[in-house]
Amino acid sequence: MKQLELVGLRFAYGGGRAVVDGIDASADGPGLIAIVGPNGAGKSTLLDLIAGQKTPVEGSCQLNGQEACAMPRAALCRLVAHVPQLVPGEIPFTVEEVVLTGRIPYGRGLFENDDDRAAMEMALRKTRLEGFRQRKFSALSGGEKQRVLLAAALCQEAPMVLLDEPSAHLDPENEAEMWELLKELKAAGKLVIVVTHHLGLAAQHCDRVWLLERGKLVADGVPCDALEAGRLERVFRVPFYWHQNAEGRVFLTYGR
Amino acid sequence: MGDDLRRRAGRVLAWSALGAVAVAAVCPFVGGSGMDYGKLWRGEGPDWGIFVNLRVPRTLLAFLTGAALSTAGALYQALLRDALATPSSLGVTAAAALGAVAALALGPGDEAGFPVVWVAALVGAGVVITLVAALGQVKRFTSFTLLLTGIAVSGVCTALVLLLHSMAGLTKAFQISHWLMGGIDAVEYSVLGWLALVLVPVSWWVLRQARVLNVVSYGEAWAVGRGVDCRKITWQGFAAGAVLVGTTTAVTGPIAFVGLIVPHLLRRVLGPDHRVLLPACLFGGGAFLVVCDAISRSVLAPVEIPVGVTTALLGGPFFVWLLWSR
Repeated sequence: MKQLELVGLRFAYGGGRAVVDGIDASADGPGLIAIVGPNGAGKSTLLDLIAGQKTPVEGSCQLNGQEACAMPRAALCRLVAHVPQLVPGEIPFTVEEVVLTGRIPYGRGLFENDDDRAAMEMALRKTRLEGFRQRKFSALSGGEKQRVLLAAALCQEAPMVLLDEPSAHLDPENEAEMWELLKELKAAGKLVIVVTHHLGLAAQHCDRVWLLERGKLVADGVPCDALEAGRLERVFRVPFYWHQNAEGRVFLTYGR
Repeated sequence: MGDDLRRRAGRVLAWSALGAVAVAAVCPFVGGSGMDYGKLWRGEGPDWGIFVNLRVPRTLLAFLTGAALSTAGALYQALLRDALATPSSLGVTAAAALGAVAALALGPGDEAGFPVVWVAALVGAGVVITLVAALGQVKRFTSFTLLLTGIAVSGVCTALVLLLHSMAGLTKAFQISHWLMGGIDAVEYSVLGWLALVLVPVSWWVLRQARVLNVVSYGEAWAVGRGVDCRKITWQGFAAGAVLVGTTTAVTGPIAFVGLIVPHLLRRVLGPDHRVLLPACLFGGGAFLVVCDAISRSVLAPVEIPVGVTTALLGGPFFVWLLWSR
């Protein structure tokens, strides 16, 4: 039984064109998988399907052998922590309070218990947010906000973490730090799946890449295979070039 | 921090309850006609009768209504993620008014018809909430479309109310105007009993949702990922709010501003956490309306101002000051 098993997964909005069109794949933790592809290729929709937030038109998405979209919501959220792309920036709560929302799947009591607070402390420590506890979320920078959301996902203590373009608003320092954190999560045994447009960073940090094109999975493998230059050029309609410098570092550039 | 929060919520709950009880204990003694406290103490008429049969039920009705309206206000503001949402935002109040006015205009027109008015108001509120709910099931809704729909529903209901008003005879037109002004009148204890029987469990349910309501304000995308079924809580919340507002409006007529001002003021003071805010709104809203009612029957005695006028005159300017003072 796989931690994640996609079979003939298909999704369309209201009878329209299939946004996710027959995807077969499976994965087990620990792992760090990047989902890449052009705009509108179905990356976010695929992530939503894995998170059980959308019901497939055909096929199935199983988590530990259970159909994701049919699971009770709380049980589902104990298995998968999903960090969406768009979260309102003006949330009036403090960092601690935002992080603690990750504990809602663990109980419907009105107040958090000791376990919840212990999980929060762990998450704050890992994301180096201890100094931010009482800060208002709305007053944070884009990078800090992203870190808080990631901390909330950690606080959820799910074995699978899904992130939708987590580095979209981050400067290089914050972005590099975020990838280090994702690798730590992998090292801790989690299955981490990231939607990203940064192909070079995906190649640098991930151990596996899913390349999507118009809802279809056109490549699934280690970065150097999946992100082969010719294939990328066909999918993105821009020439891609792999380079290597004297120290052996590998780069991916694109454009004419 | 969690224990702090629990203690803080408990403290706010205790203090607001205590304050509300204090206000409700003092206000029945305040009123237009000077009261002979000696007679009252000895339990002699007419003062004893006025106190027990008019002042006390009136205070209790004001408390129940204020509590229901401001709790519903806080609830709708959370669910619609809109600071300007009020209990009337979805058109519930206007629909309840239409129901009541229809009953007044088309009914037999005697005083005994008042239970009919309540039922009609409830039916009006129920029809609108079912309609909006059905619409939301068919089409994907956003809180913005819901608010706009509420404005349209309110407009139509108000127009129909005016139509009924202009077609009604003189006596009925007066009755209608009186009801529309919104006011706390003395009611039978049995009515208060029925109100409490509906309002207490519904309010209790709303308070129990406080932690989930906090997450709703993060937007659906985030809430869903924390295991919160946004659609379900939204419809359940709308229904609960409609029951709170419809039930009280049926008895008192529309009373503006309470559902907007009280939650806002308290949010400024206590912060956005609904676990602290909702109980404070419940007791604070009740106390606020009890005070407004006492003012209404005192300042221009023996003339009584409709309590809706007092809430608006007190609350409006204060609210503007609040908005501009930061």
